Amino acid sequence: MKKKLKLRLSFGFALLMAILVIVSGCGKAATPTTPAATPTPAKPDLILATTTSTQDSGLLAVLIPAFEKKTGYKIKTIAVGTGAALAMGEKGDADVMLVHAFTSEKKLVDNKTAINYQLVMHNDFVIVGPTADPAKVKDTKTAVDALKAIYASPSIFVSRGDDSGTDKMEKALWVKANLKPTGTKYQSTGQGMGQTLTIASEKEGYTLTDRATYLATKKNLKLNILLEGETSLLNIYHVMQVNPEKFPKVNADGAKAFVDFMVNADTQKLIGSFGKDQYGQALFFADAGKKMEDLK
Amino acid sequence: MEMIWQGILAAIHLLITGDPEVLEITLLTLKVSGSGTFISLLIGIPFGTLLALKHFPGRRFVLSIVNAGMGLPPVVVGLWVSIFLWRSGPFGFLNIMYSPTAIIIAQAIIASPIVAALTCAALQQTDPKLRLQIWALGATRLQYTWLLLKEVRFSLFAAIIAGFGAVVSEIGASMAVGGNIQGQTRVLTTATVLEVSKGNFDIAIALSIILCVLAYGATLGLTLLQQKQQGGP
Repeated sequence: MKKKLKLRLSFGFALLMAILVIVSGCGKAATPTTPAATPTPAKPDLILATTTSTQDSGLLAVLIPAFEKKTGYKIKTIAVGTGAALAMGEKGDADVMLVHAFTSEKKLVDNKTAINYQLVMHNDFVIVGPTADPAKVKDTKTAVDALKAIYASPSIFVSRGDDSGTDKMEKALWVKANLKPTGTKYQSTGQGMGQTLTIASEKEGYTLTDRATYLATKKNLKLNILLEGETSLLNIYHVMQVNPEKFPKVNADGAKAFVDFMVNADTQKLIGSFGKDQYGQALFFADAGKKMEDLK
Repeated sequence: MEMIWQGILAAIHLLITGDPEVLEITLLTLKVSGSGTFISLLIGIPFGTLLALKHFPGRRFVLSIVNAGMGLPPVVVGLWVSIFLWRSGPFGFLNIMYSPTAIIIAQAIIASPIVAALTCAALQQTDPKLRLQIWALGATRLQYTWLLLKEVRFSLFAAIIAGFGAVVSEIGASMAVGGNIQGQTRVLTTATVLEVSKGNFDIAIALSIILCVLAYGATLGLTLLQQKQQGGP
């Protein structure tokens, strides 16, 4: 009899514990107390669709807290490839986008999916590869020649293959080189830039990367920059709002606040100096107010 | 080799100093996966009981679906829950995409078939003579079900352990419906992937160790409770 009572008690205890877990899970939603100076917007949740490069390089970790503190919005950052980020915008699943593939972006601006389209910053793409450089990329002058040299050599080329901004740029370069890379020499990872760099390093292959992610993850890589400085390799970031007239559920005020924040002078200064202390050089160049044609 | 040592040292450092971000991620993981498992019990145990004790046309077919559901890939669940919860989806008005609630829903869907299938298997293994005896003693349907469930509580604990183990270790669904947002939906598995892609292998190793310790700790607690229930040695 006594044992039975004990049984029932511990069974009840287990149930109680489970309920406690639930209650504590629901009750304390992760909303830290905001300081008095921060305004509280009517619609605080803001979905930012952006690229893996802004997250993997660490830039967002600096910008987002500053934005949240200044405006009181709570940003949900979804870091995916540019293709996926733009697709989110096209369905109205994001409020604001920070991406880097202007030919694809232009379509959204033209069909009025994206409004308030602003140039934010740029850095550049570089071709990296093993130190020994078996394909002699260092001797080439243009990205197109570099790709031709890599393809003619026994070395492999590692591609993002994820329809990201970097991937789009790389695919465009292959088209320019009049090559259709296939087979085991052209390996598509389908992953973000950080992981693709690791894979290229392990396989002693070549890849195209944005400078920011390369510098931020360089410490683990056995890869060197072999080609840089060509104007066609500029990596340009734009910020834009998803059109609230097309998608009424969009947080238009928040999106506008984010665009304004990205192009304001203080933020631009933050962007321009980001990475200087850690990597000895800035990872991005601030460009707000400039025109695309003015870049380099 | 040096990286592994650094990782382990970093893990110990993070654990001892109680790094607030790691602590937050760990607590969120526990809350989300605990809630997901609990909801899966509310769905899985009644459903498994129904499948085991009630005979209806198409029962075997439903059972085969539930058994197959034990291997439901989290990434598939993640995709489908996303499609429904996105603003453009049918439940977009709820505004719960990229929140812990969304992860809990996805994880409950992942764990429910596991709990249901194991509950069903456990009940079907009970001695037919015992069932007859319970009926013979004049139990109501509810009493009958309750007594049988109590009889198989040992297996039910195993079902809870299996369900929790499945959801705490999954990444596909958490990444898709949670979005790995810092301070909001970043759980141990998605944080590990992020640190790997950032090239911070020491922190990634630290997180992976915490995840294993957490999964083991929860399982240990349940196992002890289970063995106590059984009155085993």
